Amino acid sequence: MINFQYLRANDVADAVRQIAAAPTAKFIAGGTNLIDLMKEDVERPTRLIDISRLPLDKIEETADGGLRIGALVPNSDLAYHPLVEQRYPLLASAILAGASQQLRNMASTGGNLLQRTRCSYFYDTATPCNKREPGSGCSAINGVNRMHAILGTSDTCIATHPSDMCVALAILESKVHAAGAGGERSIEFADFHRLPGNTPQLDTNLRPDEIITAIELPAQGFAANYTYLKIRDRLSYAFALVSVAAGLELEGDTIKEARLALGGVAHKPWRDKAAEAALRGQVANQANFTHAAGLLLGDAKGFAHNAFKISLARRAIVRALTQASQGTPQSQSNKKIR
Amino acid sequence: MAETSAAAQPIGKTIQAPDKIPIVLIVNGDEAQLRVAPWTTLLDALRDHLDLTGTKKGCDHGQCGACTVLVDGRRVNSCLTLAVMKDGSHVTTIEGLAVNGVLHPLQQAFIDHDALQCGYCTPGQICSAVGLMAEGKAKTADEIRELMSGNICRCGAYPNIVAAIQQAMDAS
Repeated sequence: MINFQYLRANDVADAVRQIAAAPTAKFIAGGTNLIDLMKEDVERPTRLIDISRLPLDKIEETADGGLRIGALVPNSDLAYHPLVEQRYPLLASAILAGASQQLRNMASTGGNLLQRTRCSYFYDTATPCNKREPGSGCSAINGVNRMHAILGTSDTCIATHPSDMCVALAILESKVHAAGAGGERSIEFADFHRLPGNTPQLDTNLRPDEIITAIELPAQGFAANYTYLKIRDRLSYAFALVSVAAGLELEGDTIKEARLALGGVAHKPWRDKAAEAALRGQVANQANFTHAAGLLLGDAKGFAHNAFKISLARRAIVRALTQASQGTPQSQSNKKIR
Repeated sequence: MAETSAAAQPIGKTIQAPDKIPIVLIVNGDEAQLRVAPWTTLLDALRDHLDLTGTKKGCDHGQCGACTVLVDGRRVNSCLTLAVMKDGSHVTTIEGLAVNGVLHPLQQAFIDHDALQCGYCTPGQICSAVGLMAEGKAKTADEIRELMSGNICRCGAYPNIVAAIQQAMDAS
């Protein structure tokens, strides 16, 4: 691993001061992705600012019936928190669908949002990659791209966002709280991650001098009718080929509210409000689910090795909406898909 | 030679090599005072500074689980953990599981079930299983398999590993 300096932040204000003073520094919390990338020579910070001891490790109820999750809450603690299990089982399920228990014990909530793509060319410093080295080119577009994006791609990058947790956070309409040199602000989850466009080196709209302090969930958790369905090459501990987070509010068999987002298919969790709107007011049945899937995937574009993801995603959406409407969410330990 | 001096030029910005940082780890109940570089992983601190070579380096990227140890009672990948960040923590490795020469129930269960072939992944498997039992989330074989998926066994001893963990869970 490269050499670097190590400093601890005393509080959030100190962390913000330290990062503003050292543009080539990085924050470290769980370190599960950053240390790996540093060993691969992909990330080369000259200094690490340790934020792991900051008091951002609480899960608290908010006045409007929601939940405020400190940025340093480990993924496993979040998934197993009684209020999350009761009110946001979708979030718990998505977290437990990702990584291993060791990594979930280490990884922080804020860090999960900031993890980098697992595109193999991004990791391979011998190959061009616009995300790693802007302007050098994209090796994936004409390379081995089986794991890559089918939605929202650009001619500079077809990488996917790797998180499962973030797909759930997208449909829960959470907010990201951040503190920076310019003060505190909250960012709608939909605006947090970005599409590659001409600047694929930027994964998010978080500013370089900002630190995530918390994630806030509104009251609606779709606890009765939800699922997180993840399709991958092996049954556990693998990144998604396609994953679907679905949440429904039903009145009889009529859909009052629908939320739908995909993982493994784009540079950010892919939520489609037009597909959701098409489900609202409709009967929860296969024909309507298939119609919504078609809307969501209307602009999907496959590359040499990943075109299969389009039909896989279509079937996964229909299956996920079926699971959600029937109140039979996908188990994350028994992997049989029903 | 011109080529030599050209090669010796610093590439980009050089950073001052930081002094080694003094830390304290309580490893298997004993306090250890160390001086580590910032980039020393907990895995390397255990193996190379404390000579506790039971914890294995497999992939060194958090993918295989051979380096699993317990930090303050929770299982983690020590290869992705910086030692300096765990200053003051309690670390339990495979060397710390037996008490007064009596094997930990999971160690005994792995022997009873022949839950290994080459044995390289075994310290990580057992430390991970200790963490799994402490978490108390796995009840069924499916749940054990899922929550042990961060530990790879290339010999393929998985059925016996699951059986060994079930034996230890049933006995506890």
